[in-house]
Amino acid sequence: MYKMQLLVCGGTGCRASASATIVEKLNESLKAHQLTEEAQVVTTGCFGFCEKGPIVKVIPDNTFYTKVKPEDAEEIVAEHILKGRKVSRLLYEDPENKEHIVDSKHMGFYQKQMRIALRNCGVIDPENIDEYIARDGYSALAQVITDLTPEQTIDMVKQSGLRGRGGAGFPTGLKWEITSKFSSDQKYVVCNADEGDPGAFMDRSILEGDPNSIIEAMAICGYCIGATKGLVYIRAEYPLAIKRLKIAIEQAREYGLLGDNIFGSKFSFDMELRYGAGAFVCGEETALIASMEGKRGEPRVKPPFPAESGYMNKPTNVNNVETFANVPVIF
Amino acid sequence: MTKIKSLDDLRQKKQQLEQSMEIREKSDHPENLVQIKVAMATCGIASGARTVMNALVEKIKKENIPAVVTQTGCMGYCYAEPTVEVTKPGFDPVVFSYVDVKKAEEIVDKYILNNELIDGILPPNYQTI
Repeated sequence: MYKMQLLVCGGTGCRASASATIVEKLNESLKAHQLTEEAQVVTTGCFGFCEKGPIVKVIPDNTFYTKVKPEDAEEIVAEHILKGRKVSRLLYEDPENKEHIVDSKHMGFYQKQMRIALRNCGVIDPENIDEYIARDGYSALAQVITDLTPEQTIDMVKQSGLRGRGGAGFPTGLKWEITSKFSSDQKYVVCNADEGDPGAFMDRSILEGDPNSIIEAMAICGYCIGATKGLVYIRAEYPLAIKRLKIAIEQAREYGLLGDNIFGSKFSFDMELRYGAGAFVCGEETALIASMEGKRGEPRVKPPFPAESGYMNKPTNVNNVETFANVPVIF
Repeated sequence: MTKIKSLDDLRQKKQQLEQSMEIREKSDHPENLVQIKVAMATCGIASGARTVMNALVEKIKKENIPAVVTQTGCMGYCYAEPTVEVTKPGFDPVVFSYVDVKKAEEIVDKYILNNELIDGILPPNYQTI
């Protein structure tokens, strides 16, 4: 059993600053010092502290190293892992009193945070579905499919008060209820991962750091509204998020959490990705749907809303990434 | 990979995987757990603190105690190494001196599990401001 773990940020920001090389160098140093049985290096999602990246966090003492370079890897292993001495020049320096903060529990940035949508970002390895399951992943989907009816599930989402996090704030439970009432041979669940807002990256962080939460939420939505297909419209400028989402979907399929007869029930659900091509307007749901249909991304008049006639003129439920990330927590 | 075909399968899988995520979960809320710190500076390591730390980790696992074992730097008691500081939730920290593997097990059995103090405790001589 590992005594210590080194969590290295694998979000796009830190990746661009060579965090993958840091992981390699840490592994090399651990091998050289014969510590491979004691300490493990894990690449996690975004810690959210991008300005001071690359970030390396040592568990269980919560030591938070900032602006780490690949050359520092040897020192971190030789000093901290082997000898228990923290490398103080890499510790986060409080901007007000210029002191080095010993661990992330004492950082003002993290002390005031109560993480719900980002509960797993910076904690688990997003390319390993096992870690998501170990943190209660897919238990919401299991509970919904085995214990609750679609109506009961929609009721719980309504009671939770979850509103659309894409900006409009429409009550999510209500949207699911309206879509579920329209009958059709095929319905769709769409995730709006276009995130056109310049400089915004909350959706990207969730997709890179915890893609399974989106898969689980979309499956729950599919169960509620009667859809068997999920589509994620993701902008092409997010290659890492696309890669991690693909890996997560593949792993979920291998476990039978996506596909036919999930958890032995009659409910089947599968997902695919659709890529954007650089148009800001395709973040608007009707233009997004047009883009997925292969047409020019132009918004159209509402009503009829996508809940009645959306993708391929079938009832479609479109929700933002962050909205979906909050769904599994409700159950 | 074996398919997960039911809620029970999922629960079983989660139990199997819990161990690997354990230290990450624990580090999230250290205040609710027994915090054990082993001094591992030069003097500590020279007197065998590594073996003591390994022994503590094993014992904690065996007795299934919700605790987190970390290594720290020099606590200042170099003459009494290896030293171990134990903070139970709601109690003040207690520092034990001259800890070898046998005494480490005693600390767990007597102090952590039964609240019984044993010989060789160093009184606090510092203040945190």
